Amino acid sequence: MGTSTPFNVEILSRIQFAFTIAFHYIYPPLSIGLGVCLVVMEGLYLKTKDKVYEELTRFWVKIFALIFGIGVATGIVMEFEFGTNWATYSRYVGDIFGSALAAEGIFAFALESAFLGILLFGWNKVSPRVHFMATVLVALGSIFSALWIVVANSWQQTPSGYRIEGTGLQARAIVTDFWAMVFNPSSLERYSHVLIGALLAGSFLVLSVSAWYILKKQYLVHAKAAFRIALWIAAVSALAQLFTGHKSAEVVTKYQPAKLAAMEGHFEKIAPADMYLMGWVNAKEQKTTGLKIPGGLSFLVYQDFKAPIPGLNSIKPENRPTAVNFVFQTYHLMVSIGMSLIALTLFSLYLLYRKKLFETRWLMVVFVFSVLLPQIANQVGWYTAEVGRQPWVVYGLLRTSDALSQAVKAEHVLASLILFTFIYVMLFALFLYLLNKKIQHGPDVKDDRAEPSSRMNPVLN
Amino acid sequence: MDTVLGIDLPTWWFLLIGALITGYGILDGFDLGAGAIHLFFRKEDSRRIALNAIGPVWDGNEVWLVIGAGSLFAAFPLVYGTILSVFYLPFILFLAAIIFRAISIEFRSKETMTWWRQLWDVSFCISSIVISLLLGLILGNLIQGIPINAKHEFVGRLRDFFNPYALLIAVTVLSLFMMHGAMYLIMKTEDRIFARLTIIANNTSKFFILCFIATSLTTLIYVPHMTAIFKQYPELFILPITAVLIVLNIRRSIEKRQYGRGFISSSITTALLLILFAMGLYPNLVLSSIDPKGHISIYEAASSDGSLRTMLLFAAVGMPLVATYTLFIFWTFRGKVKLEEHSY
Repeated sequence: MGTSTPFNVEILSRIQFAFTIAFHYIYPPLSIGLGVCLVVMEGLYLKTKDKVYEELTRFWVKIFALIFGIGVATGIVMEFEFGTNWATYSRYVGDIFGSALAAEGIFAFALESAFLGILLFGWNKVSPRVHFMATVLVALGSIFSALWIVVANSWQQTPSGYRIEGTGLQARAIVTDFWAMVFNPSSLERYSHVLIGALLAGSFLVLSVSAWYILKKQYLVHAKAAFRIALWIAAVSALAQLFTGHKSAEVVTKYQPAKLAAMEGHFEKIAPADMYLMGWVNAKEQKTTGLKIPGGLSFLVYQDFKAPIPGLNSIKPENRPTAVNFVFQTYHLMVSIGMSLIALTLFSLYLLYRKKLFETRWLMVVFVFSVLLPQIANQVGWYTAEVGRQPWVVYGLLRTSDALSQAVKAEHVLASLILFTFIYVMLFALFLYLLNKKIQHGPDVKDDRAEPSSRMNPVLN
Repeated sequence: MDTVLGIDLPTWWFLLIGALITGYGILDGFDLGAGAIHLFFRKEDSRRIALNAIGPVWDGNEVWLVIGAGSLFAAFPLVYGTILSVFYLPFILFLAAIIFRAISIEFRSKETMTWWRQLWDVSFCISSIVISLLLGLILGNLIQGIPINAKHEFVGRLRDFFNPYALLIAVTVLSLFMMHGAMYLIMKTEDRIFARLTIIANNTSKFFILCFIATSLTTLIYVPHMTAIFKQYPELFILPITAVLIVLNIRRSIEKRQYGRGFISSSITTALLLILFAMGLYPNLVLSSIDPKGHISIYEAASSDGSLRTMLLFAAVGMPLVATYTLFIFWTFRGKVKLEEHSY
């Protein structure tokens, strides 16, 4: 049986992990971003006592619950997969990665899961202030959650604060300095990048749904109030993302030269590197063609168009990422989306200032579809980070091919992969169906309000 | 070796993970049990009340699983990798059931069609039963020991896991959770569903006691290593004796209609059974059924002292917090369930 499948355990486990984490990674960013939007909405309700904000909060809490639920269920899968499919990896990094994961459970996940009960069912059980506190704690919980998870992942990218004990398959990394492990060279840069990506994902969901209502002339008061809140969050985030993205790239330059070279399709041993706006990498002929700024990467990194940057050929063949074009494309797609989000949000803020925003119908149509942009950017950004790190699962220390479970058979992984594919496809269809249904249903409005509320917060008008 | 309060660090983590798994068994045990008996309720209203009785807490209960698994990963990575990869398919099925269960609870109320609700009711019930049975199946195999050689390599086959003893433990765990869940629901309900639950609690408790007797006898006869410690320290016999008394007290509470006491008794039963398991295991975490050299002890599997010490500090700060949230949520949603606009 063992050899009857055309795939081996490594390929299947990698596909399974990539698939299950890509699917999972749709939801937590949405929860984080939406959680922050909820805090603002409910905070405005407490401050102004305006029913619009209360109805908005209640509406978005229902959508939040749907997203959060799927995020938790698919997140538990991730935690267990380290042990089921990557037992050698688990042993190797348990001291470090396990600690971060356990800390996430104790300090973040427990917080958000407990107070989610109050957020959903507590409206008539606790005072508005306590309810707001629960909303804040759920949002904080999800933000802390991301912190520990990104710390764990960042340690895989830029290991520090450890020493290696043992050799061969018995080797393992031991924490020597806990805080150096947590604040490894890429933790904060990558965390801020991921967190802002999450704010974009959540705020663009609110923007998309609100734009839809504005186009349909439904729930106009609610939709415009939500749009303003989300637009501010989105605009500030989009601009900040430029900064965190640059910081992340600097870290990659310094600590993961192979990944940087792959991101820009830079092969030459040591030479000034171009920066591509778009392009195509022919890895076989080691040629990259496309629209480029000559020496642009060198300038970005060293503020000097001539500064030499190590290319893929300066790295031993067995230590290079193989999917160079894939890393190049995902990276460039992420950057292009980031730039278009800045343009879109700043232009919209300008129209808001000119009081023309909600009358610009084509822009509202753009916003309805724009919900996909941060999602795609988050996904491809993650692929860049993870595929660019290959062939290492822990950069420079442990190869992905050495990280597998020894006890698992290929046909079992194939079976589980088929099972997860089936469940996740069904889950995604149901998610879209229910999300659409909630959006069609809209917020529950208690009284008919012809005029916009007069007590609306002046800052947001 | 590094010690804290006279206890070495791996032992601290053995105790702590034991406590987390016990917390999971007691907390998620009742909502899994509530799911397992869900189809016994016929009326739509009863099913909604049953679902809303666990609505605000089930997610918080599952946190104990996440923290328990995370702690095992952090403190005993060798065991984490070994157990999860050896029981690959059971754990994958377990995860699938966890997903189905979560979405059944979440999706059921979103449509009013009868077939839709029926579908998710069945999915909720079956996934709850499957999770309980798989937990029992894995536990049953860990009690007997699993076929790993001196290098801790698994040399068995999937079908080895479906042996009679493991199946008995699986059914016992299911019966315990069903009884436990019934008693929780009784405390949260009134009228028709309350009356129905009193019958269910009565039947499931009888079912559990049968399983309890069968499990105790089989373990005494066929799994002697689990009882070896009592020959060494006869005074520890107080624990199994207490377990028997507490189990009898469950029946007594049900007959006297003191369901709160019954619930506490079934919680203590869960804890005692896991303590007995832990005592049979210590200082090992995984027993080999074919070679004593294959046993994985806490000392062999433990992470570094530094990591264990840092994590112990985290647990000392974090666990009281988690316990506080848990109590706060249960306090907020105390009393009988009333359906309202935000209910499932």
